[in-house]
Amino acid sequence: MVSGGQLLSKIATNEGHGENSPYFDGWKAYDRNPFHPTDNPDGVIQMGLAENQLSFDLIRDWIKQNPEASICTVDGVHKFKDTANFQDYHGLPEFRKAIAKFMGMVRGGRVTFDPDRVVMGGGATGANELIMFCLADHGDAFLVPTPYYPAFDRDLTWRTGVQIIPVDSCSSNKFQVTKNALEAAYDRAQGAGINVKGLIIANPSNPLGTVLERETLKDLVSFINERNIHLVVDEIYAATIFSSSSFISVAEIIEEMDCNRNLIHIVYSLSKDMGLPGFRVGIVYSYNDEVVRCGRKMSSFGLVSSQTQYLLARMLSDEEFVKNFLAESSRRLNKRHSMFTKGLEQVRINCLKGNAGLYVWMDLHHLLKEPTFDGEMTLWRVIIDQVRLNVSPGCSFHCKEPGWFRVCFANMDDQTVEAALKRIRAFVCKGKEDHQEMPTKNKQRWQRNLRLSFSARRFEEGVKSPHVMSPHSPIPHSPLVRAK
Amino acid sequence: MVFKLNNQLLSKIATGNGHGEDSPYFDGWKAYDEDPYHPTKNPKGVIQMGLAENQLCFDLIQEWLKNNPKASICTPEGAEEFRDIAIFQDYHGLPEFRNAVAKFMAKGRGNRVTFDPDRIVMSGGATGAHEMVAFCLADPGEAFLVPTPYYPGFDRDLRWRTGVQLIPVECESSNQFKVTRKALEDAYDTAQLDNIRVKGLLITNPSNPLGTILDRETLKSIVSFVNEKNIHLVCDEIYAATVFSQPDFVSISEIIEEEVECNLDLIHIVYSLSKDMGFPGFRVGIIYSYNDAVVSCARKMSSFGLVSSQTQHLIASMLSDDEFVEKFIMQNKKRLATRYSSFTNGLAQVGIKCLKTSNAGLFVWMDLRRLLKEQTVEGEIALWRVIINNVKLNVSPGSSFRCTEPGWFRVCFANMDDQTMEVALSRIKTFILKSKEAKMSVKKLCWQGSLKLSFSSRIYDEIISPHSPIPIRLSFEPELEPV
Repeated sequence: MVSGGQLLSKIATNEGHGENSPYFDGWKAYDRNPFHPTDNPDGVIQMGLAENQLSFDLIRDWIKQNPEASICTVDGVHKFKDTANFQDYHGLPEFRKAIAKFMGMVRGGRVTFDPDRVVMGGGATGANELIMFCLADHGDAFLVPTPYYPAFDRDLTWRTGVQIIPVDSCSSNKFQVTKNALEAAYDRAQGAGINVKGLIIANPSNPLGTVLERETLKDLVSFINERNIHLVVDEIYAATIFSSSSFISVAEIIEEMDCNRNLIHIVYSLSKDMGLPGFRVGIVYSYNDEVVRCGRKMSSFGLVSSQTQYLLARMLSDEEFVKNFLAESSRRLNKRHSMFTKGLEQVRINCLKGNAGLYVWMDLHHLLKEPTFDGEMTLWRVIIDQVRLNVSPGCSFHCKEPGWFRVCFANMDDQTVEAALKRIRAFVCKGKEDHQEMPTKNKQRWQRNLRLSFSARRFEEGVKSPHVMSPHSPIPHSPLVRAK
Repeated sequence: MVFKLNNQLLSKIATGNGHGEDSPYFDGWKAYDEDPYHPTKNPKGVIQMGLAENQLCFDLIQEWLKNNPKASICTPEGAEEFRDIAIFQDYHGLPEFRNAVAKFMAKGRGNRVTFDPDRIVMSGGATGAHEMVAFCLADPGEAFLVPTPYYPGFDRDLRWRTGVQLIPVECESSNQFKVTRKALEDAYDTAQLDNIRVKGLLITNPSNPLGTILDRETLKSIVSFVNEKNIHLVCDEIYAATVFSQPDFVSISEIIEEEVECNLDLIHIVYSLSKDMGFPGFRVGIIYSYNDAVVSCARKMSSFGLVSSQTQHLIASMLSDDEFVEKFIMQNKKRLATRYSSFTNGLAQVGIKCLKTSNAGLFVWMDLRRLLKEQTVEGEIALWRVIINNVKLNVSPGSSFRCTEPGWFRVCFANMDDQTMEVALSRIKTFILKSKEAKMSVKKLCWQGSLKLSFSSRIYDEIISPHSPIPIRLSFEPELEPV
């Protein structure tokens, strides 16, 4: 009998799902020992999940006041049958209109979106994969500026066979993507016989938490126009912008410059802006009619549940609610960001100056024993095992420089943030003390030993601590379970 | 600025026709969309009989919802769970959802087997499930055998983005379209000769479009076939709970628990709530595999098409209610049986037969072979256009299901109320009687050659229907010219 390996497809047996990276040890540590303010105050605090949990009260209030938005309430149940039956891949017209309106409001009304260009995808995960299937063949490539969201590796390449060509950026210019870097990456790829079909970039950026400047966006548009390749902009963090500088969408840029619109596509979602990742609302918005047509047919593989379409159609059509929500959510994110970064600054930890997103891009390169990725992983394991914070190491985002960490702050309450800050302070201060106590000539030997023994002891303690499972899933789940 | 034209701007997948929508099959849909029947507003419109939907039991569901407000995260009773559910994106799915689906699957099979919640993997409807299974089991260029006639969407679901091929296994009316070992072997051998690697066999049981179930012997034979060839068996059981009369449905899950020796790593079930519950909009697709590696891989892939957590929550609640589920399953069967009976009896009154072995599904497999002018696909399509444009029923021609014998039509009956079904029956009766009359009048005039030709051409002349801008070929207003 043929062995199991050939029984399944290559896709099924390769590593394209991306879950075998050491990155996921942090998740396992969290799952084994999740923090709880009273039940498990010494547990691991989850700071590796880019979730927006700060404004659920606003949504809950709206739901209470709008019972007809649900097909299950007394007020809405008469719509149950029609909705449960509705599987048209165009989506409920009112859903598309509401999404288009919401997208416009998120961009301050500076652009409008056409409901007929709104195509559904299975979350942003499905949307990203869908757009790749539409734009690129097996073996074709997309340029992706680093650092980038780790699951792009899975979403863009796993089942599509498309390749990612990273375009590196440096901290010296704040990790901004440059024309030179793009051109160099493009030329190198073409020279190697790789057909580059486009560029995909997240704006606001995950993990940087920054937004692209107008000039940069224009440069990107010129770049792709000149080469007749696609530009896909993942704008799923558009409404998480929390400081006064406005987000500039590619939708605005193309109104300002000459551009082949057939090359422009936006990926959107409600997972971050609204905090509803469970609802799997992914959107592909393309200015290319053929892509809309084809994408729509493909969306059958990942339509949004009509029950959810129905609810969101009503919620997002409520202009007053949306206006208030966006303003308040922004304000709370800003406040949380401020609180967190100030707390870090007190112990001389700096973050990349950001103005969006649900996380900071933390600079810990001064804490590395060696300025290498091994050094980064070592520090990371210390942070997980001893400081007991699940943060995400920069290498998992394909960052070119070691020492950077993405740390999420919007998936917890204020007390938990304080607890995390306290632990960080304790860790940094202890590190300084230990460092100061030792005479220089012994330092290196001490550091080596301490690193090992310190790590080993704490790690053992971590392993011995009580086995507490997350209330949400009894099965230790893999990190790509909860993307981003 | 001059923009380069680039024919290769999009992918091959995007510019090809693997989506399957270019087939003439969709003209029926267009005709319906342009002129949809409504009992009062548009009583002469096209009645939709091309949609296999189950709309017979919504009253039961609505009643349950009213009595179970906690099932929704939007009611006052359920809203406290809103946040936890809205942030839940774990691809394992809500444990209570998996438990409830496993239980429902068992009940739908008369509790003759149990299902393990840990083998349940979500997908974007059955559509997403089929594609996902293909991605897990086969590489581009490899093939699945599929008995004909089969659901047209398979061509898209299994092949479009995966590059997998489908090889039809031909079944014939002479033995009620049963899947024979010989047909399987023939198809397999042909593939081998063409150097195509067969990775599996996909069966739909109960069958769409036949409405029949596979008997135990056939299932065992199929299992032994796949075992021998070491290929996968994917069983699409999405109509499992629509079996409305004897014999009982036999699931593959029962066969493998019994006598048959079988490598369980080859066995996979595709399931959904779209037909059994009537919830196609909720996109609840399920892959249930006995192969651990497939469960593991599919689970990771399910990120591309998870079920909305809001819907998982509702379904978990509903399907955990044992009493409700049992009542629902029973009523569902009863109402389907009644509807099937009324419909087929109505048809029988004008001499129209349906596949007699059907006892499941949301449709009949109607035999209109004797109404064909010629026993060809063209003849079938010609008749079909008459049915759409003159009888004003959107039915699905057998050729769209790759049936090798022309003249069969799938006609759905569960997506409408009793009155609409009566209207449909009366239109069919009128059509059949008219066509009998016409035949008799024609005979009376004693011609054989030329008039028959002109009669046919008059009927089949291309005219533009006032209702659709698409030239539709048929008009059935016989204007006989005396010789």
